[in-house]
Amino acid sequence: MTEQPLLRTPLYDLHVERGARMVPFAGYDMPVQYDSIIAEIRAVREGVGIFDVSHMGRFFIDGCDARALLDWVHTANINEEMPVGRARYGLICKRDGGIIDDGIVYRMSEDVYMLVANAGNATKVLHWLNYWSDEQFPGARVSDSTNHISMIAVQGPKAIELVSSISEFNQDEIKSFRITRCLVDERPSLVARTGYTGEDGVEIMPHAGDSSRVWKKLITAGAVPCGLGARDILRLEAGLLLHGSDMDETVNPIEAGLERFVAMDTDFCGKDAVKSVIEQGAQRHLVGFRTVERGPVPRSHSPILIGTIPIGEVASGAFSPTLDMNIGLGYVPNRFAVPGTALKLEVRGKPLDALVVPLPFYSRLRR
Amino acid sequence: MEIPADRRYSKEHEWALLEEDGTVRVGISEFAAHELGDVIFVEVPAIGARVTQGEHMGEIESVKAVSDLFAPITGEIVEVNADVKSKPELVNEDPFSGGWLVRVRPDDVGDLNSLLDPIKYKAITE
Repeated sequence: MTEQPLLRTPLYDLHVERGARMVPFAGYDMPVQYDSIIAEIRAVREGVGIFDVSHMGRFFIDGCDARALLDWVHTANINEEMPVGRARYGLICKRDGGIIDDGIVYRMSEDVYMLVANAGNATKVLHWLNYWSDEQFPGARVSDSTNHISMIAVQGPKAIELVSSISEFNQDEIKSFRITRCLVDERPSLVARTGYTGEDGVEIMPHAGDSSRVWKKLITAGAVPCGLGARDILRLEAGLLLHGSDMDETVNPIEAGLERFVAMDTDFCGKDAVKSVIEQGAQRHLVGFRTVERGPVPRSHSPILIGTIPIGEVASGAFSPTLDMNIGLGYVPNRFAVPGTALKLEVRGKPLDALVVPLPFYSRLRR
Repeated sequence: MEIPADRRYSKEHEWALLEEDGTVRVGISEFAAHELGDVIFVEVPAIGARVTQGEHMGEIESVKAVSDLFAPITGEIVEVNADVKSKPELVNEDPFSGGWLVRVRPDDVGDLNSLLDPIKYKAITE
């Protein structure tokens, strides 16, 4: 394979100017941290943090078959009753139930939808949409707007107040999982009340050419720029899965604990496979664990054991500054997927005590 | 970035400071602490353990990565910084003082001469 040059988001120059540490991620040169990851996490849990998530795929699907195409490829119920301005999270599955990606579908207008996909899966998802459009939904047209519009996540308990101060965003109208068009710093933008941190907040999607202006305005208004390092720990604390680590094409939605995002009353690609897993019961299940003591951090691929018997491996693991404890996710056989089960984790050859705990690790509603 | 002139440095970014009682206090430089990012776990040998100059003596883990610690001098561990055990962030906040890691009774204080002086160490951080 030849080395591809890394892509840059429209905010790249601002990240570098600010001294961010840049790392390759899903083909993009992205900020992993600006200063301290722990300080960035605290900013999001207590105030407002902003993230450049322009690397994520943004696809528009329009035409008379747009809704039917999305209802087929996405596990959420994308039916006629889904109102304009509403968003739904779900999965994109293969025929065998394996998870190609997870993402949010937004209904923009009568026959126009937007799907936001993970950066690392964007090309695959685009091909999948085009494949099904050619195959079964000729009245759906798919277009890739990733490069035309940017995406800035504004997250934290003070995010809505901050965004309201620089935009026409109406927080009473645009509740969780809704999207609107409004002016942000006098520039037209999409604003969705969604995110990946477990906090209230929005994702602002301005034209690529306006994104630097909006980013700077947010910082002037008091938002703390945060990198992918903080984002990964925030989402883990909130019990939100990362595709590629916590789920992939070898895992089905039931094993991943995502059955609530699978609308079994509609027809979708992979439904038969998911149905048979529900009927027969999954063999393994994704669980959350926390270590009993602080210590070395269990990370991706650390073995999970019961006593001395290996039963699985860590999918995601990190030190959680919010909980002051090491936390993680991993697949274990069903009989061990019970909160309170004592696990051993092996980190650099040494055993650590851990417990299976309910997800999420952190919820803003019960803090 | 600060590089105190009162001590010696290893190529692996540990510092070694000779104390009045003849023991050597050991930590990591501000440069190393900054490169690592937020330190969340430090593992060093227990009191009484032997360490050998240039050899692995423990590990230091930050939010994103794990790094090996190397002994800057040969000798016996006589004290471990208990504050760093409970507050690993001291390594970032105060790497040259409160964030020290261990104190070693050296077999031969002359070993310090094989380490880098502050000027040479500065050169490798640039």
